[in-house]
Amino acid sequence: MFDQLDQIFVTALHWLVSFVPEMLRPLVTPLICISFILAVFPAYFSIITIFERKGIGRIQNRYGPNRVGMPWPLNKIFNWSLAGFGQFIPDGLKMLTKEDIVPRAADKIVHFLAPVVMLIPVLLSYSVLPFGKNMTLADYDAGLLFFFAVGGAVEISVFMAGWSSRNKYSLLGAMRAIAQMVSYEIPLILSAVSVVMIVGSLKLTDIIAHQNHYTFGIAHWHVFTPWGFIGFVLFFIASLAESNRTPFDLPEAESEIIAGYFTEYSGFKFALFFLGEYLGMFAISGLGITLFLGGWTAPFSFLTWIPSWIWFFGKLTAIIFVFIWIRATLPRLRMDQLMNFAWKFMLPLALINMLVAGIWHYMAADWQRWLVCGALIAGAYVLLGRGLMQNQKLGKRIYRYAE
Amino acid sequence: MLGEQIIKGMAVTARNFFGSYATKERLTTVQYPEERLPQKGNTRQFPFLVYDGDDAEKGLRCVACQICEKECPPKCIYIVKSKDKKPDYKGQPQIYPLTFDIDISVCMSCQICVEVCPFESIKMNTEFELSTADRFGSLLLTKEQLAKPNSYYQKIHPVDAAESDAVIAAEKAKAEAKAKAAAEAKAKADAEAKAKAAVATAPIMPPANPPTTT
Repeated sequence: MFDQLDQIFVTALHWLVSFVPEMLRPLVTPLICISFILAVFPAYFSIITIFERKGIGRIQNRYGPNRVGMPWPLNKIFNWSLAGFGQFIPDGLKMLTKEDIVPRAADKIVHFLAPVVMLIPVLLSYSVLPFGKNMTLADYDAGLLFFFAVGGAVEISVFMAGWSSRNKYSLLGAMRAIAQMVSYEIPLILSAVSVVMIVGSLKLTDIIAHQNHYTFGIAHWHVFTPWGFIGFVLFFIASLAESNRTPFDLPEAESEIIAGYFTEYSGFKFALFFLGEYLGMFAISGLGITLFLGGWTAPFSFLTWIPSWIWFFGKLTAIIFVFIWIRATLPRLRMDQLMNFAWKFMLPLALINMLVAGIWHYMAADWQRWLVCGALIAGAYVLLGRGLMQNQKLGKRIYRYAE
Repeated sequence: MLGEQIIKGMAVTARNFFGSYATKERLTTVQYPEERLPQKGNTRQFPFLVYDGDDAEKGLRCVACQICEKECPPKCIYIVKSKDKKPDYKGQPQIYPLTFDIDISVCMSCQICVEVCPFESIKMNTEFELSTADRFGSLLLTKEQLAKPNSYYQKIHPVDAAESDAVIAAEKAKAEAKAKAAAEAKAKADAEAKAKAAVATAPIMPPANPPTTT
């Protein structure tokens, strides 16, 4: 029964496709999958925005949105208070009904295209992610490469938005975004490379298959190895920066440059940017789950009966919760701190991690390789951390006032 | 070590997150329409008119002197005097306002009208939920809407109302004493006049009851 539940979406897809003539099936199957992705992830996005607002509210000892119940025609029948979980409906309606303002001096075509260019690569990157067992839209042999190649296009859209708006804040935000994304893409990819070195494949289903076996009931997730752990930490930090989340939200820093590259966007275009940013965050978290957290596999062998897609979305929600938690905790970095951190700490650590992954691969599988690799990682972390903080004068800030 | 303080910070936020579910005292939010904070003693929003007794028309303290209308900086008060007179709390015949309008979309809640009013008539209300669907008409408060009983004033501003009641009572006592004195003086004068008249008609007879002086 649980096997059927696990494969329920796959069976549903086959059942749906069976109505279509044989000839059209290769065309219709991906279309159904695409509409599934287009329906599920924006819906997930709308729910996550509520969780984010409520979660941050709780962290700041507030309630967060707790008023909105059933929408208008339905509240006559079921008058449930949804404890504010209906908030995304008025939020969305507000976004859609706002006036669409284009600055007079803007480059109209590029200004219009930027949000579209943002959203399309993000959606494309979902095509290679495995959401569950046998649940991958396009299982390319070079799926990981495809993901990063498509993800690189987001930077273009950010710069298009900043440049076409003809606004100094937008341009500043766009330039910050480019600097940040280019710097953090390198540790992001290098930390993924260590996984590819161990697995020997760029295919994401192979990477999951490599993690899908158990010793003493514990899964062989990559995050449970020294190189995988530090790789995951690096990947996580870099994905925070890639999705412009706090503490790396310099491109949109409200208190400094209004909203950065989408200052001049309103209404539906702003909503598209917002959606694109969150979908990008989900996609990169999904990739992190696939690479390091075993994708849709269960952490313990006695939990394997839970359907694989529940594991995937559970892990995704957990990662997003950490994103929100970090957003509520850390203040924004300064530009020089951002660059120092990327180039002086993340990049060398990612390179050392690749070396450690090589050592791990070639050493015999016993406790000695744990010791060697663990010591190398810990030593590199401590030394690089010390090097990064060397010339920092940390402590209480001293204010000096004019006499 | 790098990242130590970040972990500490994350622990603090996590404690707040779970703590807000565990202890209600952490949440400082007041759920407004259902929960309300008690109002501060000196809360003031927009002016209203005080009347004594039960009848707003009869007991209205305002005598349409128009000082508040003249003093109002944004000129939001509009008064039309009456042609006839009605007795005030002292029993004196006074004119009264036929129309007394305050446009609260113009009023800036400066309280100058309250300070200049010599009759303890106009006071500041604490009512703040004044939003209306109508932009102009509903924000122009008429005499009927502005008139509130003295008991209401005693409820919203107990200290100020006690002071104002004391002033009114003193005024009233003074007026009564004056009236009494006047009445007695009149009675005395009457009696003297009567006595004089009696003397004139019957000069041999002494007055039966000599007037007592108080």
